[in-house]
Amino acid sequence: MTTRAAPAPARPAPVAFDVERVRAAFPILARRVNGKPLVYLDNAATSQKPRSVIDAIGRYYENENANIHRGVYYLSSRATEAYEGAREKARAFLNAREAREMIFVRGTTEAVNLVASSFGHARLQRGDEVLVSAMEHHSNIVPWQMICAERGATLRVIPMTRSGELLLDEYERLLSPRTKLVAVVHLSNSLGTINPIAEIAARAHARGVPVLVDGAQAAQHMPVDVQALGCDFYTVSGHKMFGPTGIGLLYGRADLLEALPPYQGGGDMIRSVTFAKTTYASIPAKFEAGTPHIAGAIGLGAAIDYLAGLDRTAAVAHEADLLAYAEQRLAAVPGVRFVGTAARRAGVLSFVLEGVHAHDVGTIVDQEGVAIRTGHHCTQPVMEFFGVPATARASFAFYNTRAEVDALAAAVAKVRELFG
Amino acid sequence: MADLRELYQQTILEHNRSPRNFKKLATANRTAEGDNPLCGDHITLYVRLDGDVIGEIGFQGAGCAISQASASLMTQAVQGKTSAAAEALFHQFHDMVAGGPDAPADPKTLGKLAAFAGVREFPARVKCANLSWHTLHAALQSQASVTTE
Repeated sequence: MTTRAAPAPARPAPVAFDVERVRAAFPILARRVNGKPLVYLDNAATSQKPRSVIDAIGRYYENENANIHRGVYYLSSRATEAYEGAREKARAFLNAREAREMIFVRGTTEAVNLVASSFGHARLQRGDEVLVSAMEHHSNIVPWQMICAERGATLRVIPMTRSGELLLDEYERLLSPRTKLVAVVHLSNSLGTINPIAEIAARAHARGVPVLVDGAQAAQHMPVDVQALGCDFYTVSGHKMFGPTGIGLLYGRADLLEALPPYQGGGDMIRSVTFAKTTYASIPAKFEAGTPHIAGAIGLGAAIDYLAGLDRTAAVAHEADLLAYAEQRLAAVPGVRFVGTAARRAGVLSFVLEGVHAHDVGTIVDQEGVAIRTGHHCTQPVMEFFGVPATARASFAFYNTRAEVDALAAAVAKVRELFG
Repeated sequence: MADLRELYQQTILEHNRSPRNFKKLATANRTAEGDNPLCGDHITLYVRLDGDVIGEIGFQGAGCAISQASASLMTQAVQGKTSAAAEALFHQFHDMVAGGPDAPADPKTLGKLAAFAGVREFPARVKCANLSWHTLHAALQSQASVTTE
């Protein structure tokens, strides 16, 4: 943990980004909580949904609902077009080469489990190693622990500094002929660190090791280009990027996905079935057993459309301004210490208030209508590393405002006042 | 709107700052670990049972103000009580903070424990208040650990 001096006064808010116009697209932002306007600063847990996403889901169920693929009738064709259309939108969103490299899954957790199971069964042998980083979410730790235990492989951990930056020299040393896969987070959900994925991938590829990137947080905060990053797998949770819950994306390089065995068996993932032998479909169908979350995929497509219509450069600048402003305002509250002070960060501000447990902070700021998350954020190893049981975490989206940061700072000051 | 001062009463803030019986008992013949996995609250409870009477009780732990103050006040409330009387008090306390049917009509009958009556308005924090009591129950039942999940 590092105590930071108050940073220099933040730049004035960029004027190019019309945050009030953006907010008007998100119906929930108009509601009140505990008699106060909602100040939603838990975007790392889930983001709010624009009207267009909510409407797309309703429209699908009202007008187009049918099961996809193989239906010869009109509605099934329409539903299939909408579902596969969402896949093409997802391809463009991550700049993948081909739409068949996009697998619809429930979310990042399922995406990691899919790769851990499929890749693990095909490629991991006794004595092999999988590398993860010290700042991973439990969803990018536990699936690897499970498959490593099953295959007799070992999970190794890339360490980080006290500011929350990965030690790339240590990473280099950990890469060996035993390394079969590297799995790292793009943007840490508890520290806000943006990891140098392109460099991490390049070093792994120099040894022929594929790289999986947990993009659960990154997709909402920055444009993602899987080709520029050079990663082999990339995971996205729809609900964290303004889409519905229960839908997400696994990007996988086509040659890798084609070579891996299926994850689940069932309908839609087969080419032919007899009791003697089943042959599997090509990707993406091979990894999408059963009726998928069609409405979710369509909703995710609508979220991608929404983001495509947004000035992302201005949105990124607006978020950077909010983060800097929040640091400045919170640093002024006596006893606030930040956890996660990497040079490259986005979206997330974790802090502890000396002498006050994070859950007490969370309850008290909630009474002011401010929603933040308190706890270990599904990153218990990170909490252990920094020697704190829990942190309070404010996480921002482009629809947040400086006035909301002021509300957060005032609420935290109130905690200080109450606890002395 | 629930009043924060109802939740964070002076008694609670004071016991959080200076918890009573915050010690490991060398003479304990019952110990139990209590965890609230959701919050990370943790306590270790040490009890010396003299026959059926709680002769001495101490705890160590870390967590939110509600969980730590609750443990502190509980140790004061149950010292010298029979295990049956302590369990009966747990039942009343639980219903007071969770809004159960057996909540005392007047929390003041629970003495200093009445400070937790405000927890009822904060459902997310009920487990914090109950953690130490669940742990006591486990210790009296000779269970090694308990979680509030």
